[in-house]
Amino acid sequence: MRDQRTREMLDQDIRRWVDKYSRERSALIAILHNVHRKYSQVSAHAMEEIADYLGIHPVEVYGVATFYSFYNAEPKGKKIIRLCRTISCDMQGKRDLVYALEHRFGIRFGETTRDGKWTLEYTSCMGWCDQGPALFVNSKPYTSVTTERLDAILAE
Amino acid sequence: MTERKGPILFRPYTAFSGMRKAFEMGNAKVLATVKDAGLRGRGGAGFPTAMKWKFALDDISKDHQDYSKDRFIICNADEGEPGTFKDRVLLEEQLGLLLEGMLIAGYTIRASTGIIFLRGEYNYMWDQIKGTILRWRAEGMLGENLDGKGFDFDIHIRMGAGAYVCGEETALIESMEGYRGEPRNRPPFPVNAGFNKRPTVVNNVETLCQLPHILNEGADWFKKIGTEESTGSKLLSISGDCSKPGVYEVPFGVTIQAVLELAGAVGIKAVQVGGASGICLSAHEFDRTICFEDVPTGGSIIIFNTTRNMREVLVNFLGFFMEESCGQCTPCRYGTECLLDGILQLSRGECSDEYLSELLDLSDSMAIASKCGLGQSVANPFRSIIERFRGEIYHG
Ligand SMILES: Cc1cc2nc3c(=O)[nH]c(=O)nc-3n(C[C@H](O)[C@H](O)[C@H](O)COP(=O)(O)O)c2cc1C
Ligand code: SF4
Ligand code: FES
Repeated sequence: MRDQRTREMLDQDIRRWVDKYSRERSALIAILHNVHRKYSQVSAHAMEEIADYLGIHPVEVYGVATFYSFYNAEPKGKKIIRLCRTISCDMQGKRDLVYALEHRFGIRFGETTRDGKWTLEYTSCMGWCDQGPALFVNSKPYTSVTTERLDAILAE
Repeated sequence: MTERKGPILFRPYTAFSGMRKAFEMGNAKVLATVKDAGLRGRGGAGFPTAMKWKFALDDISKDHQDYSKDRFIICNADEGEPGTFKDRVLLEEQLGLLLEGMLIAGYTIRASTGIIFLRGEYNYMWDQIKGTILRWRAEGMLGENLDGKGFDFDIHIRMGAGAYVCGEETALIESMEGYRGEPRNRPPFPVNAGFNKRPTVVNNVETLCQLPHILNEGADWFKKIGTEESTGSKLLSISGDCSKPGVYEVPFGVTIQAVLELAGAVGIKAVQVGGASGICLSAHEFDRTICFEDVPTGGSIIIFNTTRNMREVLVNFLGFFMEESCGQCTPCRYGTECLLDGILQLSRGECSDEYLSELLDLSDSMAIASKCGLGQSVANPFRSIIERFRGEIYHG
């Protein structure tokens, strides 16, 4: 029942975004962006719907969605923590944060907590190298993160 | 906010003066001034800006005669090179300069549309950028008939979605058209067949921000800053082992040593110039200079003190390339993996010195056989770090 409702909402949303951005191929990324932001996932069903509107094969949508690191086809946590693993952050104490985060959630990087709330992932350089270590909680960047500050950041 | 000072980008500026100057001059004179100033692209490759513009302007082939619509100026704000964050600072602090720069470029190549390709990681700036664009539209600084002579120009934003390779201009265009961000074969070049197959100029954020100042102060003023072949200033993004990391504007031609002093870095054994795709220099080379004739950089400066292990640095860079390779061509996709495996094996003492020579040859082949700059530049950190810190590759 609940799945049914989510699906209807997703269908409506996709329709709305297609109307907003156009049915041209070049609208694809913007549509994916919106789907992902709201549903933290681009499901197979969403891909089929989008493909239908744009008049392309679902495989095309799949190919694009899986190319970009921001989108995921599998369900992930409501909040995705993406920790920068590039060199400048690495040198500024990234490792301590890895341990702290894995301990706190009882999962490894690349995994999602059982309650579906949190996912831990790595990302490449985020553009905050002078204020590392840096991480995203969903799309919000946090800089100069310390293990002491984690609690406050995660509580937001 | 930090009070920044610098010879060009961080000097005082009167809003809209550059664009008004451009309208006064007319597009032929703008082009001549930018050419005379010797402005080169700040995105890394250093291609002469005026030359790129002229290619796009001159493309009146087949169906491109119609100047009125559908030429594009794209601002490359995909900043993804490890250790680079100066475009973020420009977007946050000098957005007006950027929009004016895009407008001037558009006016010169007769484009009516400017697009900011903003990396997904900078999504948090969307509202600020969009808000400024809307305000400019309301004030008549963007839109139709801008100079009263029928120049139409508007600016849009497109988001990236987390792929370093999309900073490469043809991959960027693929992404904007709704495809996987895989670099194209060239020719055709974007100046002839870019976004929607129309003449398209792709310029870095910093390149565009220089334009209003060049028009205001003149080519001669600009040429007095920097070196013979690298005129003007460069923004450096400095990170790593130093007490004052951040963004600095320096004239081209500064020594690495001067940069280290600026950033408060002592006890330094290596500096990586140009990010993961750049080269590593060791202490006896710190008298070398930052400019296209000597050590070029898109702006990334990463500093390593004597406690750092350079194998770990190299492994980190190779991991970056493996993650970010689009996988389209074998030398890059498979070669990077071989290099990384090889280094890890060497560090465990599982293979010989001879094998390291083979890996160096492989990296050279990748530089020749890879399709785009990503695969081509893996050899830069690989060779430069191994040549300077061979001992650290084996143990440490
Ligand atoms: C893998 C790769 C990534 C790149 N990333 C960027 C980037 O983030 N920003 C940028 O301006 N140029 C980047 N470039 C260079 C662009 O292809 C292009 O040369 C540049 O945007 C041109 O602008 P400019 O002439 O003003 O420097 C990249 C090139 C490659 C091969
Ligand atoms: S060199 Fe690498 S990133 Fe570039 S096209 Fe080939 S596989 Fe893709
Ligand atoms: S290295 Fe982490 S933000 Fe650049």
